[in-house]
Amino acid sequence: MTHDELAEIRKAEQERKQKYKHKINVCMASGCLSLRSDLVKEAITKEVDKECLADSVLVSKVGCVGLCSQGPIVVLETKGEVREGITPEDAEAIIKSLGAEHDGGNSNELVDGVVLRLDSKFFTRQKKIVMEHSGLIDPDRIEDYIAVGGYESVLDVLTEMSPAEVIDQVTRSGLRGRGGAGYPTGLKWSTVAKAFSSSGEKFIICNADEGDPGAYMDRSILESNPHQVIEGMIIGAFAVGASKGFVYVRAEYPLAIERLKIALKQAEKFGFLGHNIGGTTFSFTVELRYGAGAFVTGEETALIASVGGQRGLPQQRPPYPAERGLFGRPTLINNVETLANIPPIIRNGGDWFAKIGTEKSKGTKVFSLVGKINNVGLVEVPLGMPLREVIYDLGGGIPDGRTFKAVQTGGPSGGCIPAEHLDLPVDFESLQQAGSIMGSGGMIVMDDASCMVDVAKYFMGFCKSESCGKCIPCRVGTVQMHAILERITDGTATMEDLGLLENLCGLAKNASICGLGQSAPNPVLSTLRYFRDEYRAHIEERRCPAGVCKFKNAGKDVYEEDLEVRDETGTSS
Amino acid sequence: MISFEKPSPPSDDRRWKLVDRTMRQYGYAPDAVIQVLHTVQETFGFLDIDAMNYVAASLRVPLSQVYGVATFYHFFTLKPQGEHTCVVCTGTACYIKGAQDLLDAVEEVTGAKPGETSVDGKVSVLTARCLGACGLAAAAVYDGEIAAKVTPDAIKKQVHEWTDIVEEAAGSPPQGIPTTPPEGPAPQNPIIEGVTAE
Repeated sequence: MTHDELAEIRKAEQERKQKYKHKINVCMASGCLSLRSDLVKEAITKEVDKECLADSVLVSKVGCVGLCSQGPIVVLETKGEVREGITPEDAEAIIKSLGAEHDGGNSNELVDGVVLRLDSKFFTRQKKIVMEHSGLIDPDRIEDYIAVGGYESVLDVLTEMSPAEVIDQVTRSGLRGRGGAGYPTGLKWSTVAKAFSSSGEKFIICNADEGDPGAYMDRSILESNPHQVIEGMIIGAFAVGASKGFVYVRAEYPLAIERLKIALKQAEKFGFLGHNIGGTTFSFTVELRYGAGAFVTGEETALIASVGGQRGLPQQRPPYPAERGLFGRPTLINNVETLANIPPIIRNGGDWFAKIGTEKSKGTKVFSLVGKINNVGLVEVPLGMPLREVIYDLGGGIPDGRTFKAVQTGGPSGGCIPAEHLDLPVDFESLQQAGSIMGSGGMIVMDDASCMVDVAKYFMGFCKSESCGKCIPCRVGTVQMHAILERITDGTATMEDLGLLENLCGLAKNASICGLGQSAPNPVLSTLRYFRDEYRAHIEERRCPAGVCKFKNAGKDVYEEDLEVRDETGTSS
Repeated sequence: MISFEKPSPPSDDRRWKLVDRTMRQYGYAPDAVIQVLHTVQETFGFLDIDAMNYVAASLRVPLSQVYGVATFYHFFTLKPQGEHTCVVCTGTACYIKGAQDLLDAVEEVTGAKPGETSVDGKVSVLTARCLGACGLAAAAVYDGEIAAKVTPDAIKKQVHEWTDIVEEAAGSPPQGIPTTPPEGPAPQNPIIEGVTAE
């Protein structure tokens, strides 16, 4: 595949698309698909054939548009409209409305479902780099991706740049790891590039084991535009000198796996994977590896163990994977979203990327807005946007007229940010100062009907069952912390318990071997910091301000109950 | 180089060919344990000791490693599942929108807690940590089909379609049978004849 051949394919594909007067895109990411958007597409295609419009209307399946709770979503690209909640019965009306000019909604009366303009606030306030093409192209067709400039960067890099120049561009962009820790990507790449490998072999792993409950951007990226991730992997492999890549993807994401498989086959067929890519001496192959439902395998050393077919137990670092990783060779591990950022950076230059975002956090971030919020879905915004704008302008505020209480970011390793910090600009540092972390980008919004102690208990229960058991502070600490939180919500705790809880938090934070244990206390610490009065109400007044906790043991002899609970945790799990 | 002869499958079941194909695809490399176990579970529905023995011997890894992997990861199950599976998502978004109520509703009908199968062997109840369908909370998966915005009544209705357990006016349905975690005997080491874990 040379530049000319690629340009030819691009041109042919663009011409093919220009033939059509109207484009109708049906979202087929897993959210809409489970609401049967495939039937919607079928119905619309049938309708087009019936009306003999096959030459002027193009119906295609696309990836995520971002409004996941309102599915199935249909985008009328040429009219600039997004329609929510479409059923197969609406097909006829949709085709009819194409004929009508857009004139303030006369044509829209034909179709049920909300109509959102593509120039409405939800779309215009976003800045899309990673999700730029998602919702516009068919994830199963490599030609679609090539038509929007895909795989250009790979050929540019291979034929015109040296690995050092690529790393320089990534370093200049200021991109930081999107998996949560925010480690500078350029620095990581140069470490792997410099690392010595006795056999000359190096590996690159794409971490698609998205374990955070409440975050699903990686899944969405893989389902909407897998080629962008593959392209990022090829560029990364060239930059660090890796000959083999792995995508470690959750087995719970069958659709993402299926689309990845198709994308890998196509990339191979077009000569972007395999031997002598782009007519150069560079060779690179990618293999899929499935996760098997462990949260800890998101940690890089545990992930390496898992890719090697072992139990996912983390190792002491150093040596870092960049020096000695998979099979003892230098290994570059990047998150899906990090890799998806690479092709645009190469295409537009690192300086362009560095202009977006804040001083220390560059670029954009995809957030998943879930929980008690009107527009549940995915948004991509420049880093540094105030939390209030994300939640109210993009998320549409809190439903049912309730009030905002807190937003939980960073999953089980993150914390809660209360209403008083709503004007916080969202970036790596500011979230850390507020006692939370960026994490993989899940934002779980809670209203006044959510009990913060209960939320802390939920996350601690998660860490308790997901702890791998290698180190004692985490294995035993999470069980005991969870037991104390149980006592608090059961109404048998005393104020001494609260001191013990804080003590345990400090211990787990400082003595655990990996990030899971070190960050497991975060949800507890942050709720204690901002919502201590709720804990007090639970312990001293046996009252749950939100009315969630049941206090099923309140009033029993506390001391006896204590012993019993301790005995239980001593023998269980 | 010690010559290696691949062991023969535990039974004449033709489905072992699928497992063999996966192993061949990865060149019988020891690091393909998880991939092969995925295939076994997809093919047979669960991992029994014969299968683990076979995989261990074929990939030339100790049985302890295969057993360790099978019990470490939540995705693998060592007991046959019920006829139907009902997975309730307990991710954060679903938890906030009432996943616990769904589990209670299922238990009310079948008597099975998460990780158990109803007495008549019809329904296995499982929980998933997060399905990644947070936009559709609370989510559940009925026999591999995702259901969106599930309510306790809806899940009850679905489970009733599967099971014959009738709710009595007074009293709860019979207890479920635990299907996970594994409680089988410790695996026997095939390498040393006659020595068992007992």
